[in-house]
Amino acid sequence: MMNRKYSLSLVLGMTFVSLLLAIMLISLFYTPHAVNVMKIADRLQGPSWNHWLGTDNFGRDVLSRVMVGAQTAFMVGAVSVGIGLTGGLIIGTLAGYAGKWLDELLMRGTDALLAFPGILIALLLVTIYQPSMFQTMLAIGILSIPSFARVIRSGVLQHREAEYVKAARGIGAGHMNIIFIQILPNIASSIVTTAALSFSTAILVEAALSYLGLGVQPPDPSWGRMLNESQSFLGKAPWFTLAPGLVITLTVLGFNLLSDGVRDVRDKRG
Amino acid sequence: MNYYARRTLTLLLTMLFIVVLTFSVFRIIPGNPALTILGVEATDEQIAMLEAKLGTDRPLGEQFIDWIQGIAILDFGESLRFSEPVLDLIAARLPVTFSLAVLAMAITVCVAIPLGILAARTKGKLVDMVVSIGTQIGLAVPSFWMGIILILVFGLTLKWVSVSTYVGWSESPLFALRSLLLPAIALAIPQIAIVVRYLRTTMLEQLNLDYVRTARSKGLPEKDVHYRHVLKNALLPVITIIGIHFGELLAGSLVIEQVFTLPGFGSLLITAIGNRDYPLVQGLVLIIAFTVITINFLVDLSYRWLDPQIRLK
Repeated sequence: MMNRKYSLSLVLGMTFVSLLLAIMLISLFYTPHAVNVMKIADRLQGPSWNHWLGTDNFGRDVLSRVMVGAQTAFMVGAVSVGIGLTGGLIIGTLAGYAGKWLDELLMRGTDALLAFPGILIALLLVTIYQPSMFQTMLAIGILSIPSFARVIRSGVLQHREAEYVKAARGIGAGHMNIIFIQILPNIASSIVTTAALSFSTAILVEAALSYLGLGVQPPDPSWGRMLNESQSFLGKAPWFTLAPGLVITLTVLGFNLLSDGVRDVRDKRG
Repeated sequence: MNYYARRTLTLLLTMLFIVVLTFSVFRIIPGNPALTILGVEATDEQIAMLEAKLGTDRPLGEQFIDWIQGIAILDFGESLRFSEPVLDLIAARLPVTFSLAVLAMAITVCVAIPLGILAARTKGKLVDMVVSIGTQIGLAVPSFWMGIILILVFGLTLKWVSVSTYVGWSESPLFALRSLLLPAIALAIPQIAIVVRYLRTTMLEQLNLDYVRTARSKGLPEKDVHYRHVLKNALLPVITIIGIHFGELLAGSLVIEQVFTLPGFGSLLITAIGNRDYPLVQGLVLIIAFTVITINFLVDLSYRWLDPQIRLK
């Protein structure tokens, strides 16, 4: 497992993630049943040919709802990683490139944010504003800024004095050019590793918040809220709990493996 | 700046950040907090009364000084929902959350350390692969879903444990332990995965060092090399990791308590949020956050102090 030329984690991670991405894309055009149509006569039915993953307490098709839930998960993941990456880029490059007291200040700030238990900030936000998908993405995004900032800062520090950067500076490249054209492509693999990991964290936090009823609100479908709804019918309809939970696990597993895989490949190249 | 100064500065900055954040979030919100709590149908009189109670009718600076003075003497005001001091409410819930976190930590240590050693000793073999697949899954499973599954399997199907009735420690320690066992296991699983992976890596790193070669070349059995030398050195950073993750345990227990309907911080916080009980939310968030960062700080310092290589530098 260790000495092969390719990374098993990378292959598995890519497979899982692309599979889920495909399901998400399909759900945009097609689901086996209408997602929000309630049929009380069909409530809490076990898996069957008509309903592969059974039905929920309102007679809605669990498979269709799990498929559409992928849209929410990917949306939350992508937007919060976007926020984290943007914030991290600004703070990380400023700290690494400018150095001195600004570096010290920004890094102590990110330390402070890192030390703060993440879910608390999210809970504070939803107390003030009504819980919604937007608040959830914003909170998770802000929480992921420090890890991006750290990775980008250390990358910038490492490459700042490299020969190729000196050469670029010698031929008159500006700061923006040096940061974005010279340095960033060289630390891309670290950024991808962090992004994949943040993506899975985002999905886990969103699921937890929505499970508490403080994340994504109806009618937006969410795996976490499905778990909440399913808990009252645990004895009668275990499939209702198993399906969303397994899908969350597979998604997170996929992104974690992807993150590990990219890191393995980079480490092997030296 | 030296390490201790920097670390203390971070601690103070974080604390200040939390104090300001918990103070400001409910005061800079658009609109009048009293009106938000009472709803649009409230009379002017009711609003004035609540404002006086919350202190929001006074200048912002005065309120902030009050908040800091309150923190210093552990007075966080009175809950709107329960009409009791916030501190009393929190103190009543403390034993549940705290014992849940400690139990989860104990499970983590007891399971993760042997598994980590096993994985390191069987590196590249089948056992190691099974453990590493297990840890990947452990990291990916949401712990609250794991809690639901444990209820399904041990509570509803096998009927080994009764779920959803919490019994206090003072009433019956045995029953208290029983009602905390499943949530503690659910909480411990991701932590176990983290510690196993970490311990495996540090042990393998240590095995490449010179002192291991010396120990082996003087004829020490492999077992002694592992347990006497390598483990001693590998365990120190692992202890730090476990300590640092205490905060995550505390945060994770907020959600797990909802799954098992345990009367701890989590259910109190969710109730407080649902009722827009601002003083209670404020007090709880402050106390949880302070606890977490203080523990992290102490763990960091003790790690430095325990490791002679760093201490003597």
